[in-house]
Amino acid sequence: MSDVAIPAVPESRLQSHFANEQQQYETATFGMWVFLVTEIMFFGGLFTAYLFYRIQYADAFVHASHHLDIVLGTFNTVVLIGSSLTMAMAVHSARMSRSKSIAFWIAATMLLGSIFLGVKAYEYTHKWHEGLFPANFFYSAPDAAQQRIYFSLYFAMTGLHATHMVIGMGIMVIIAWQALKGAYTSRWYTPVEIMGLYWHFVDLVWIFLFPLLYLIGRH
Amino acid sequence: MESNERRVTYLNAGHTVKSWLLTVDHKRICILYMISITVMFVIGGLMASAIRAELLTPAGDLLSSDTYNKAFTLHGIVMVFFFLIPSIPATMGNFLIPLMIGAKDVAFPKINLLSWYVYLTGATIALVATATGGLDTGWTLYTPYSTAYATTNVVLPATGIFITGFSSILTGFNFIVTIHKMRAPGLTWFRLPLFIWAMYATSLVMVLGTPVVAITILMAILDRCGFGIFDPTAGGDPVLFQHLFWFYSHPAVYIMILPAMGVISEIIPAFTRKKIFGYGFIAASSLAIAIIGFLVWGHHLFTTTQSMYAAVVFSVLTFAVAVPSAVKTFNWAATLYKGSVSFESPMIFALGFMGLFLIGGLTGLFLAILGLDMHVQDTYFVVAHFHYIMVGGAIMGYMGGLHYWWPKISGRIYPELPAKAAALLIFVGFNGTFFPQFIAGYLGMPRRYHYYPPEYQVLNVLSTMGAGILAVGYMLPFFYFMWSLRHGEEAGKNPWGVLGLEWTLDSPPHPHNFHETPIITSEPYDYPEMAREFGEHAGHGTVEAAHV
Repeated sequence: MSDVAIPAVPESRLQSHFANEQQQYETATFGMWVFLVTEIMFFGGLFTAYLFYRIQYADAFVHASHHLDIVLGTFNTVVLIGSSLTMAMAVHSARMSRSKSIAFWIAATMLLGSIFLGVKAYEYTHKWHEGLFPANFFYSAPDAAQQRIYFSLYFAMTGLHATHMVIGMGIMVIIAWQALKGAYTSRWYTPVEIMGLYWHFVDLVWIFLFPLLYLIGRH
Repeated sequence: MESNERRVTYLNAGHTVKSWLLTVDHKRICILYMISITVMFVIGGLMASAIRAELLTPAGDLLSSDTYNKAFTLHGIVMVFFFLIPSIPATMGNFLIPLMIGAKDVAFPKINLLSWYVYLTGATIALVATATGGLDTGWTLYTPYSTAYATTNVVLPATGIFITGFSSILTGFNFIVTIHKMRAPGLTWFRLPLFIWAMYATSLVMVLGTPVVAITILMAILDRCGFGIFDPTAGGDPVLFQHLFWFYSHPAVYIMILPAMGVISEIIPAFTRKKIFGYGFIAASSLAIAIIGFLVWGHHLFTTTQSMYAAVVFSVLTFAVAVPSAVKTFNWAATLYKGSVSFESPMIFALGFMGLFLIGGLTGLFLAILGLDMHVQDTYFVVAHFHYIMVGGAIMGYMGGLHYWWPKISGRIYPELPAKAAALLIFVGFNGTFFPQFIAGYLGMPRRYHYYPPEYQVLNVLSTMGAGILAVGYMLPFFYFMWSLRHGEEAGKNPWGVLGLEWTLDSPPHPHNFHETPIITSEPYDYPEMAREFGEHAGHGTVEAAHV
């Protein structure tokens, strides 16, 4: 193939069970897509439960949805979409072999992620005090029992989403550190790219969660 | 073949504990899994013995009802989640997939090791939960009993199952990527051995189904901690839990049986020395089972509030999923026709599989009939049916595969006579245990009770006697396999004289499997058409070793 123009691969990058770098790269990215399919199925169970109760208890879900702060929700959505942009910039920097720039954009992504989680924590505390946390539920309304199902799903879905963000940010620390050490160049930056896929997936989950949880019956 | 210099194999490449616990060699990970699942099999088997001993008499005299509930729950959970699901994929799948596709390892060796540690963590948590109070919900963890009323541990064992689910996901994920990306040059999809097709279909189910049961169990755990997703006292719907649970747990049956079918598809052509009949149909039927298998879960809910129309659709689809299974069975039978059949122990297991799977499959059709299911729902008929599939099918396949590939895995030959005896004992003992249960169930004996009306005693005594024979049959292989490690003859590359890429390698194989990447130029099972050419004079066991 075109092995004349491309500089030799550092020995340590090519794992011994692969025939060549191309195979290694394709395996890694294909693997990530398969992993994301498992993630879709993982969240899928929750979305199914949501759909089922949303149809069954449509009014209660609208009422419960009004407890959420739409301003904070919208703010967080913008923050998270912004973090997808910074993540894309990190991948772009890797493609350009700019090590410091990779670390900078990853740090920016982590900052935005932290803002999101901070706002989320504030919202959670607020719900707790209002008696809307399902395990500590003392909100009273005619359809309070059904609203409790909504909040069970709300905490399960957003909690699982937040857990994914925390895991992602943990991995980002390692990748940013590696980037500063000059591990990624245009020749090889698979971890950055895979990290990007993961982060975009997590954002995408939120893009579904936001309208389903915050925007019911607000048209 | 023998040389004075010691050959490096995956087994002698390192002797320290660390070299095993931190290995990324798929063959060593197979051994790690094999040891772990054997331990789990013993625990599950002991529980089964306790159940069968209790049921010898109609009165509940050996175990209290609480202990009995815990015993069958532990039996179910250990056998399903910690033995059957990892059994063939994590052992033979791990060992053979790279060898059969001409790769040096699976796509992600470290993730492969991680899956074993995840499995071990989940299993440990589940066993700790058992030692500290047990679980009495049955392996299905049905809500609201599990979330609101059970007085035993629920969160801890459920967490163990949740965690172990990820080891299964990681294994399936690894296999899919491996089969897509690591095949040797020339090894096109339709040159793959049928075991690989079966493992691919299994992996699809693992990857698509397991996350759903994981999230479902997580929701049940949350409910147990005060959430209200399935809580019927507050408008939640326990049947939703059942739907989500069976969306995985029915396909999970195919996680158990598809690999066994893959093993049988290897053994049958090997011991008939004949090209397998209907290669394309067997390959496609594996995928068909995986796909249709995802659309039949509702047949576990025929007696719930599920709508009648849904029940009819699920009934029809359940009949449909029997078709690809039948396609396989007919193809195996057709392969035997005019083949040069020889009866080595793996073949006896394979033939046993065909008989037991046939009964298990056909009784599955009984259960797919809406009216009949009302009659036998939650009786021993159902218990007998799924044991014919999961024990008669999946474990016969596991045993057959173990006997077939043991010389490759260990490098040693085991004694054939006790192996044949074990195969026959298992076949006889299995039928002895479970056939009476069909009758007891049809007559109305419900499952999960530790006492029963005296008229069922004869059938239960028969069943317990069968279980005794079965237990001997299961113990035998342990002894002669261990014996073979020290005293068995060296196997050489191809002790059976059969075709297949794995048989071109040394036994046990080198840590890197292939010294140079093989190039594949032919289809699998490419045996000369002896039967047709030589008629009845066809010999057996004389086919030249594979030159792939």
